[in-house]
Amino acid sequence: MTHLLASADRLLLAAEEAGHGAEEFADGGILASGAWLIPVVPMVVAFLIVFFGKRSPYKGWAMATGTMAFVALYGVVLFISNLNQGITYEGAVHLADIGTQSLGEHVGDIFAIEWGWMVDGLSIMMYFVVGVVGLLVFIYAKGYMEGDVRHTWFFASFTLFAGGMLVLVSAPNLIQLIVGWELVGVASYLLIGHYWEEHENSSAAIKAFLVNKVADTGLFIGAIIVGTSVGSFRFTDIMEAIAAGGGDTPLARFAFWAGLAIFIGAMGKSAQFPLHVWLPDAMAGPTPVSALMHAATMVTAGVYLIGRMFPFYMVEGFADEVRGIIIVIGALTLFLTGLLALVQDDIKRVLAYSTLSQLGYMVTAMGAGAYTAGLFHLFTHAFFKALLFLGAGAVIHAVHSNNMSDMGGLRKYMPYTFWTFVIGSWALAGIPVLAGFWSKDEILAGVQFAGSSESGFSIAQGGAGLANLVLVVAIAGAFVTAFYMTRAVWLTFFGTYKGHGTPHEAPRVMTYPLVGLAAGSALAGFLNVPGVTEFFTEGVGARFFEGFGGLEHHVTSIDWALAGLGSAAAIAGVAVGYTIWGPDRETQQARDTFSIPVLYPLLRHKYYIDDFYMDGVVRPVRGPLARAVNWFNDHVIDLVVNGAGWLAAVVARAVYFFDQRGIDGAIHASASVTGGGGGLLRLLQTGKVQQYAILLFAGTVILVAGFVSFAIF
Amino acid sequence: MGWFESGWGLSLVVFLPMVGAFAVLAIPKAKEEAQKQTAFLFALASFLLSVVVAFQFDYGALGDGSRYQLGTDLQWISAISSRYHIGIDGISLPLLVLSTFVTLLSVIYTWNHFPDPHNPKAFLALILVLATGMAGTFVALDLILFFVFFEVVLLPMYFMIGIWGDRNEVTLPVLRRTTEMRLYAAIKFFLFTLFGSAFMLLGFLALFFRSDMGLVGGTPGAHTFDIELLTEMGGMGVFAGGAAFWIFAALFLGFAVKVPMFPFHTWLPDAHTAAPTVGSVLLAAILLKLGTYAFVRISLPILPEEAESWAPAIAILAVIGIIYASLACLAQTDMKRLIAFSSVGHMGFVMLGIATLTDIGINAAIIGMVAHGVITGMLFFLAGSMSHRYHTREMARLGGNQKLMPIMGGILGFTAMASLGLPGLAGFWGEFMALLASFNPLEGLSLSLFRTLMILGAVGTVLTAGYMLWMLQKVNFGEPSAEWEGHDLHDVDRWEMAAWAPMLVAILGIGVFPRIVFGATNEAVIDVVDGIRAAIGV
Repeated sequence: MTHLLASADRLLLAAEEAGHGAEEFADGGILASGAWLIPVVPMVVAFLIVFFGKRSPYKGWAMATGTMAFVALYGVVLFISNLNQGITYEGAVHLADIGTQSLGEHVGDIFAIEWGWMVDGLSIMMYFVVGVVGLLVFIYAKGYMEGDVRHTWFFASFTLFAGGMLVLVSAPNLIQLIVGWELVGVASYLLIGHYWEEHENSSAAIKAFLVNKVADTGLFIGAIIVGTSVGSFRFTDIMEAIAAGGGDTPLARFAFWAGLAIFIGAMGKSAQFPLHVWLPDAMAGPTPVSALMHAATMVTAGVYLIGRMFPFYMVEGFADEVRGIIIVIGALTLFLTGLLALVQDDIKRVLAYSTLSQLGYMVTAMGAGAYTAGLFHLFTHAFFKALLFLGAGAVIHAVHSNNMSDMGGLRKYMPYTFWTFVIGSWALAGIPVLAGFWSKDEILAGVQFAGSSESGFSIAQGGAGLANLVLVVAIAGAFVTAFYMTRAVWLTFFGTYKGHGTPHEAPRVMTYPLVGLAAGSALAGFLNVPGVTEFFTEGVGARFFEGFGGLEHHVTSIDWALAGLGSAAAIAGVAVGYTIWGPDRETQQARDTFSIPVLYPLLRHKYYIDDFYMDGVVRPVRGPLARAVNWFNDHVIDLVVNGAGWLAAVVARAVYFFDQRGIDGAIHASASVTGGGGGLLRLLQTGKVQQYAILLFAGTVILVAGFVSFAIF
Repeated sequence: MGWFESGWGLSLVVFLPMVGAFAVLAIPKAKEEAQKQTAFLFALASFLLSVVVAFQFDYGALGDGSRYQLGTDLQWISAISSRYHIGIDGISLPLLVLSTFVTLLSVIYTWNHFPDPHNPKAFLALILVLATGMAGTFVALDLILFFVFFEVVLLPMYFMIGIWGDRNEVTLPVLRRTTEMRLYAAIKFFLFTLFGSAFMLLGFLALFFRSDMGLVGGTPGAHTFDIELLTEMGGMGVFAGGAAFWIFAALFLGFAVKVPMFPFHTWLPDAHTAAPTVGSVLLAAILLKLGTYAFVRISLPILPEEAESWAPAIAILAVIGIIYASLACLAQTDMKRLIAFSSVGHMGFVMLGIATLTDIGINAAIIGMVAHGVITGMLFFLAGSMSHRYHTREMARLGGNQKLMPIMGGILGFTAMASLGLPGLAGFWGEFMALLASFNPLEGLSLSLFRTLMILGAVGTVLTAGYMLWMLQKVNFGEPSAEWEGHDLHDVDRWEMAAWAPMLVAILGIGVFPRIVFGATNEAVIDVVDGIRAAIGV
């Protein structure tokens, strides 16, 4: 009963109705219609690895990496053809129809469970990122995971992780998106808790899952509201409803709450303040997991979701008033978590906090309406963050410690790792002309535009003043980024080596991916140089929303003043970092941390947010509250139940006594008589179960017979 | 296959296990293998026939006449005009197949897992009697017949718990009496259910006396127990009025105890914890569904106006159940008791779906029942097998199970994920769609109430994830305790694998292709909901 439907034209319809030509789109031909393989192959292979991985070449690695090579190749081909000519295609298979009339005011509509695949600029970009970055990480993992206790299982979970993300980004409807969303969550749980022998690791896994689950309730509720109001969960239908305009439609009525709820979902996966607490702890997993999680497969999901629902947040009369909240959350995240990176000793934690900070930039951009900039930063960030994690992994592999206080001087021992790491950190810091410079600059430009009078960013949506304030925060954030990355580079690669043994450069299976990612980190920015090469804008961005008229803003020329300001902040960060950690390298350990009163304890305790969650929420619920409910169950409800049984026994005994002594005193009760009526506790005392059962059954029969005879007469 | 379609097929599905029970009893006590093989054959035959039924069933037949198919309607007890009326529709079909499926797997599992005091003959006979009761309840279309099957289930389960149950001593809180767990649990289960049944029967009788065959083309003034006819009369508003409230209340008590709904649930943790493994599995997988099924089959269609006025109360109790059970789960130290409490929460989602009185909600409820059947059934199998090996159910002592028994641990992880509602596995659809339906319940129901309940239910999913993950952490993860060194802790054996593999496939299959269930249920559910809507005029 499956039928395929290709409805690429549905979205285009919206565009055409709004008076824009759609002739520049192609349906992608067989390339797009076959794209269902992208999510399906990894999901199937993940299962196959569980069952057959141990006997396959390289114990599962080859199957996993072959799959990622396929995805990467497919992604690259799609990416290039999309740059040539925009593709938009949607395939779907019907899984089930439920109901006919219950969905909102669309009587006659059906809640259809569909599985489909979206092939458009946004999803193609994600296929590319997940495929290419994923492939490099998978190759690297061969070296890193050599001899791991659960080698095969690791690659099964890892493939599931990538597969879940591909299910998510290929989703043409909210339901499938939720499916992929949760699959990513469970795969991350498995991978973070990979070394579950340690209690700490399994706790980190649970933390990640639960924090995400809290946020997921937002996504669930938001999806339910949107789907019910529109009468369909398909993005094309939702976009059509938005293109039709606001007013008093069901969607518009609930848009603010739905938008907020969906954004809460995005805050979980994309680890936005104050739901960011799971990400630093997710370091418990093996380093390749961190690389993939921070670059491509998990934390990008939230930004992707906002991108997917972008018109919902932008068109006036819908969830546009959530924009202010999005910007504020993004700005808080980018700045506050950046500061936390300054006080970490664990190199992976430095990177984790930097990811949080960069995600803050992306979210800020989306809130400011800078769709292309936000996603472009997601794109470039994937390269340099994967690079930095894999570099950190190589270092950890060499020195057997995560702590920078055990490192130092490694540039002499690990030249490949050192140079690629430096490229990655500069790209992250936004040093011209590396990838991060371009994307971060576009975000700054986007925020600046939101703060200008021509943007129409109204007070209800947040207001120009807010945007200008956020611009300052974002530039300050760029300084902080460069600052902590300089610190990390210095403590790790300069000075004298403080660990044990002699560290060695990682094997080639690990360094080659580093070089590949370094190339990406250096060059990816040139895909979208405002006014010069606008491949990214063209391929991924704006034109998909032409139907909504001026929805998205992207810069068309370089604002030299702003770019200069951003670069100056970054370079200043490097310079200040150098002046603090550069000289006097031998005693740098003493200066690893700031000892600024108030601020330093605050940062060391992560603003006390984790403590609040643990002591204020988790422990009270798991402890006193849960015990109170259990006590209530055993001592109150059951008291009624047992008490009723006890009362029945007492009454029965009284009746029996009356019967024996009062009415028929001559006949004495023999000890074996078990009495009529039967109370709960009386029965309990002797334990002749079968006897009582028969009595009770007889009682039932009598009861039934009584009713039946009552019925007859 | 004309004979098969005219009621014989269904009757065979229902009564073959009962025949099997007698056959097992006829085999001499010493010949245990023969007893097992006989029981297996009858359970297998019943299951295969139910599959044949599923294939014979016409999934698009609704609209031309009766909803019920493959049934028959024969004279039975003419004195009370009770008839042997059976048949299935899309709502009962998945549950019927579920019941024969789980019965078969239970028989396979028991092969070498007989709890003390052993005695396979009696144990197998009880399983088979239980099977007849369960299957019968799902096909019965006459209230008396329904009641008989409903009660037939009670006794075998009572014996299972009382004889093969947990022999540990418990002290009752407050009353300070000490007794064996199995005895307390068995009697509590029996009396609790009987208490509900008595009211249920009163409700049935009231319906009988208020029915009038004259309205449906029969003798005016004559009464009936026929569910189909009563449904028709219910649609005409025959039972509307003050008395209907009390009839619904009586039925509610009977069904709510069985589900069980908060606050009538306290028999369940004790019964589940004390029951032998197979008892817990059947109890969770099928017995609880008798209650929810009865709501959909009897309460809603026959008393639509009352269903609407009771719906808010049912929904509130359902959501209290979700939150309450999840919190209680967090406090458990006994793995089996935790799983038992989790049932209360999951059935809360089922009842929430039913209370919305919408297509989506009731569909959600049925897939939720099926999913809970396979998932929680599977969890009880696991809990049983683990306590069989470790001789304890205390989670604090079980740490590191994943290391000692990797396959068992893996299956436990998979099933726990299904239980917390992971999409792609069976549990997700029922949970998500119940919430979805709560956003837009039937017209006339309070939107603000149901939407609040939706949010609370969503919070419940977080708590569910919490106790499941912490359970996994305590049981599976960490290093195994030194006390298990030198113990013979073998991983999953082949009987267990044979019983579990179909369950695991079902969990995945329903998750990926929910059409397996919705394909059958949707039409019938729409019919039920249309009936309710027509009766209350929305």
